[in-house]
Amino acid sequence: MLEAAGVPLIFESGQEGRANRYFERGKPLENFLPPRVLRDELPLPDNSELDVVRHFTQLSQRTFGIDLGFYPLGSCTMKYNPRVNDAVATRREFADLHPYTPDDLAQGALAVMYELERSLSSLFGMTAFSLNPSAGAHAELGALLIAKKYFKERGETRRDKVIVPDTAHGTNPASAAMCGFKVISMPSNARGRVSVEEIRKVAGDDTAVCMMTNPNTLGLFEEEIAAITAAVHEAGGLMYYDGANANAIMGYARPGDMGFDLMHLNTHKTFTIPHGGGGAGHGPLGVAAHLVDYLPTPVVVRDESGFRLEFDRPKSIGPMRSFWSNFAHAVRALAYLYANGSEGLKRVSQLAVLNANYLRVKIAAFLETPYPEVCRHEFVASAQRLKKENGVRALDLAKALLDYGYMAPTMYFPLLVPECLMIEPTETESKETLDGFAQALETIVDRARKDPAALFDAPTTTVVGRVDETRAARQPDLRWRP
Amino acid sequence: MSSVQDLLFSKDHEWVRVDGDSATIGITDYAQNALGDIVYVELPKVGATIAQFANIGVIESVKAVSDLFTPISGEVVEVNGALESDPAAVNREPYGAGWLLKIRPSTPDETKSLLSPAEYEKIATE
Repeated sequence: MLEAAGVPLIFESGQEGRANRYFERGKPLENFLPPRVLRDELPLPDNSELDVVRHFTQLSQRTFGIDLGFYPLGSCTMKYNPRVNDAVATRREFADLHPYTPDDLAQGALAVMYELERSLSSLFGMTAFSLNPSAGAHAELGALLIAKKYFKERGETRRDKVIVPDTAHGTNPASAAMCGFKVISMPSNARGRVSVEEIRKVAGDDTAVCMMTNPNTLGLFEEEIAAITAAVHEAGGLMYYDGANANAIMGYARPGDMGFDLMHLNTHKTFTIPHGGGGAGHGPLGVAAHLVDYLPTPVVVRDESGFRLEFDRPKSIGPMRSFWSNFAHAVRALAYLYANGSEGLKRVSQLAVLNANYLRVKIAAFLETPYPEVCRHEFVASAQRLKKENGVRALDLAKALLDYGYMAPTMYFPLLVPECLMIEPTETESKETLDGFAQALETIVDRARKDPAALFDAPTTTVVGRVDETRAARQPDLRWRP
Repeated sequence: MSSVQDLLFSKDHEWVRVDGDSATIGITDYAQNALGDIVYVELPKVGATIAQFANIGVIESVKAVSDLFTPISGEVVEVNGALESDPAAVNREPYGAGWLLKIRPSTPDETKSLLSPAEYEKIATE
């Protein structure tokens, strides 16, 4: 892949002895390490500093990110992350703080964690959050471990099923399976919603958790959510809110008020952390009052002597990762919260919904939108008719968009919509950008009708053209070997 | 290979060919087409007992991971090991080399709840 982009692998460039050595070598490693952990050979590339700088700069020029253009990847909330939040997070006072600094010398950092935890609890209507998990799916796993422990302590070990609607996120069934639960997939109704009657039929004394996102992955708000959570509670189960779509509801609706017992928030999506490269993320895990004791440790508490990290919580499921999670992300998230304030966050959700609907109506003029009603922060379009009539798939439209300088939307998800494109513009894009995107997509659809074959090779103007995704999945080549 | 007319179908888009005390199971041409290029198939172990319409494994395409169901009950006697290195056989020949598993049927009457080729055709073209 990199070779196709005209950039040799760093492992295959350089020459022996080329690396810059500014510093004298120190004492031999044998002085510090036992022989069993030492090896004679270490095939690392020997590159000059200039070679390394050029290598990574060239790679950066061959990639695409929110800093280069519109990135409407559904359910990923690729919004602009204001640089000021990075500036705050990289201040020496935060960045140079050693994780083992005693609590009394790290009061500022602990105050950040405490303030963020309190703010999240208030914004989403939960009793408390743990900042421990590293990202959304990690928090899902934590939440299900909490549910497992909760039911075990109540002697309800029969509860081994997790209900996941087909409009939920793809990570939900994976987290449930990883935690040893049996996944019950539930089809949504004709309006793309979970029906209360269906939930009543499925929920029972073997239900542990029902995992939902609201708005769901079709971008539709579940109006009957209160009745749904009540039905699951009546059956003795717990409700989990996947916070990946929280960008639509801030200041308007709170998962806690909807009846959810557990939730996560992806601060990297909804708030402000650059996440195009796949990490590092930040997935605070929130709970209602009856589950607070189970939260992962440590939890920041405040007493008369100030802030401190509390580890001694006998019912806790324990720490989910080393140290205090991705602390710099907590700083970014709090900076974002403070900069926006409660009114600002409402405006974020308002504009995210407005932008999605503006784009939805424009795109409905030339592509099917299977759920033609006012959406929340995202919506789905379908290329099913185009596939039937012209043989052009959602995949081909997505690839062709790259030629017009746009990132492709999420495709083939949710699975219930065939030839699906899932589009989330976010609040940080201008009307001109949305117009340009809609125009490009319309042009592509027009081309698909007139000359479908021309789209099968798209993209043609990018550094790497159409890649063989099937071969990549069947014969993955993920590791360089000498 | 015998003809598609000898097969029985489930609403979950699996087919079964019953031949005495052996039944061969696979997914339909419609299913492989809807899934797209198949990259991985996970099947039950030989010796496992499987119940009609139960989830018996997963099939992964470039688009999605889907559950596999069995159209009839029985004991698994053989799985198609060739799919490990060549999952594309399911796309190429869903009714032939792309078969998934063979079982010893335990409840022959179950086939009455399955669909004939004509009945399945109706569902698939809807």
